[in-house]
Amino acid sequence: MAATSASPSLPRPGGVWLAFSSNRLSWVGLALLIAIVLIAIGAPLIAPHDPLEQSIIARLEPPSAQFLLGTDNYGRDVLSRLIYGSRISLVVGSVAILIAMTIGCTIGIIAGYLGGLFDQLMMGLLDVMLAFPTLLLGLMIAAMLGASLENLVIAIAVTEIAPFARVARAPTIALKQQDFVVAGRALGFGPIRIMGIHILPNLVSDIVVMSSLWMASAIRTEASLSFIGLGVPPPTPTWGSMIREGFENILDAWWLAVFPSLAILLTVLALNLLGDALRDAIDPKLRGE
Amino acid sequence: MNHMPKPALEIRNLQTEFQIGGSWYPAVRNLSLSLQQNETLAVVGESGSGKSVTALSILRLLPSAGARIGSGEVLFEGRNLATLSEREMSDIRGNSIAMIFQEPMTSLNPTMTVGQQIAEAIIIHRGGRQSEAMAEALRLLKEVKIGSPESRLHDYPHQFSGGMRQRVMIAMALACRPKILLADEPTTALDVTIQAQVLLQLDELKQAYGMSVLFITHNLGVVAQIADRVAVMYAGEIVELASVEALFANPMHPYTAALLRAMPRADRASDSLEPIPGGVPAVTAIPSGCAYAPRCSFRQRSCDELRPDLLASGDPGHLVRCSQRLAGGMRG
Repeated sequence: MAATSASPSLPRPGGVWLAFSSNRLSWVGLALLIAIVLIAIGAPLIAPHDPLEQSIIARLEPPSAQFLLGTDNYGRDVLSRLIYGSRISLVVGSVAILIAMTIGCTIGIIAGYLGGLFDQLMMGLLDVMLAFPTLLLGLMIAAMLGASLENLVIAIAVTEIAPFARVARAPTIALKQQDFVVAGRALGFGPIRIMGIHILPNLVSDIVVMSSLWMASAIRTEASLSFIGLGVPPPTPTWGSMIREGFENILDAWWLAVFPSLAILLTVLALNLLGDALRDAIDPKLRGE
Repeated sequence: MNHMPKPALEIRNLQTEFQIGGSWYPAVRNLSLSLQQNETLAVVGESGSGKSVTALSILRLLPSAGARIGSGEVLFEGRNLATLSEREMSDIRGNSIAMIFQEPMTSLNPTMTVGQQIAEAIIIHRGGRQSEAMAEALRLLKEVKIGSPESRLHDYPHQFSGGMRQRVMIAMALACRPKILLADEPTTALDVTIQAQVLLQLDELKQAYGMSVLFITHNLGVVAQIADRVAVMYAGEIVELASVEALFANPMHPYTAALLRAMPRADRASDSLEPIPGGVPAVTAIPSGCAYAPRCSFRQRSCDELRPDLLASGDPGHLVRCSQRLAGGMRG
């Protein structure tokens, strides 16, 4: 019986990749994201102009052969600013999500595993944070700390801690009653080991999926905060601040606001497609095996 | 029983309580039991009789909220497990006392290979390097007779069948050569042929490792196959304790007798099976007298008033908790 039970039709870990790669939308999302990342990395090589170079003669030029996406109020090349702006968006989005994920998951797993008073205190605190709309909370923190790249990252990270903690806590509560966690305790595993090797790996799929979706939200928050002037201070180009500047001239020069908006749209779309595809691939019930 | 050697594990007056609606109710009541060296002691009873709670109480694995050991001692190598710190308990769990569970399908971590899981159990108690632990894990997989263990070592639990997973669980439990194995219905989820293989293997390993086994089951057929002594539990207390031969030949407690009549046997027509009417009382509504009285066909008025004690019948090793039986007022 030992040999026959190892049927080759059983789902193997490789099945996740198979399910992911057979989904056409996941490739669209992945290709878009890779393209955006490559543009951000290769910005100095790709950008046709210096993003900070001003020119009084070439103010508010519409898209042309020289300035593919036109120029802004100060005569700066919109395409070059867009390319350099992707760096800020991606760095802010990924670093903020990484911080929020680390802190949020740690809080969520510990609270879920320990339960009791610690759990209630932490969840009460996080409920207070969740009660504020993301943007309002980010705005408050950014306004308190002042406008800089680091503070922007901190502000966005803080707004995303609560949802990560929630997502980590709920399955932790379900997992800690699972037989293999009790069996682990019966083998003498301490709480830290149980949280680290029995609970965390079983949460990874949920967390990865949520990260890609929330990175999209972090990029939106970055754009919104930059839009109202609480983001990275000028003249550094960011998509959000470009939209704000373009907004003032939307009737005269539509290209100023439209192209950065499209860039945000594409990035968020790529992350959402990727997140959905990952979720479908990781969840065996949606994988259709 | 002074002439007996020192028991491997001794439970004295254990009372495990659950919190229901703000008050504490005992699920295990005043339970005393000793597990001898190299003995297989079966604990039998219906669902809800407190068998698993007893085993979980020994290792203190009950949920920290809503359950507590109200009183009593669990003596192991001169220490009372009921009062040890959580850290000291972790050293005992899996190392000196190991436990295997009913559900092999869910008792393994789905994200780790079985080799890693067995090695993990070795490393935390024995230390050493990952490669040494993996070599030991391989040896254990061979010992529990997993086919082609070299390749199976790197497989994930979902690639194993139920019977093989239970063998892996046994391998993990044996990783640190425990002195006591608590087996909580280890074969209940397996089909009958696999069940027989696993039981046989458990018995071989018990001999090879010199373990004492506390075997929890509701299956009297399994008891007959492997146990040396049997404790019959009902509503959180032991109602009868005897050697396996004495119990099957001469069941003293009406509940034991009824359980035996409810058990299918090859040498009797199956239409002679008698179900026991009623059910185990809830922990919130234990009768004040004999807990079994409401379902007992030999019930007397005194049964409802006085809670009987667990006392020796004619044979000193055969204890029974039934005042009618001990008074000789009942014909079996």
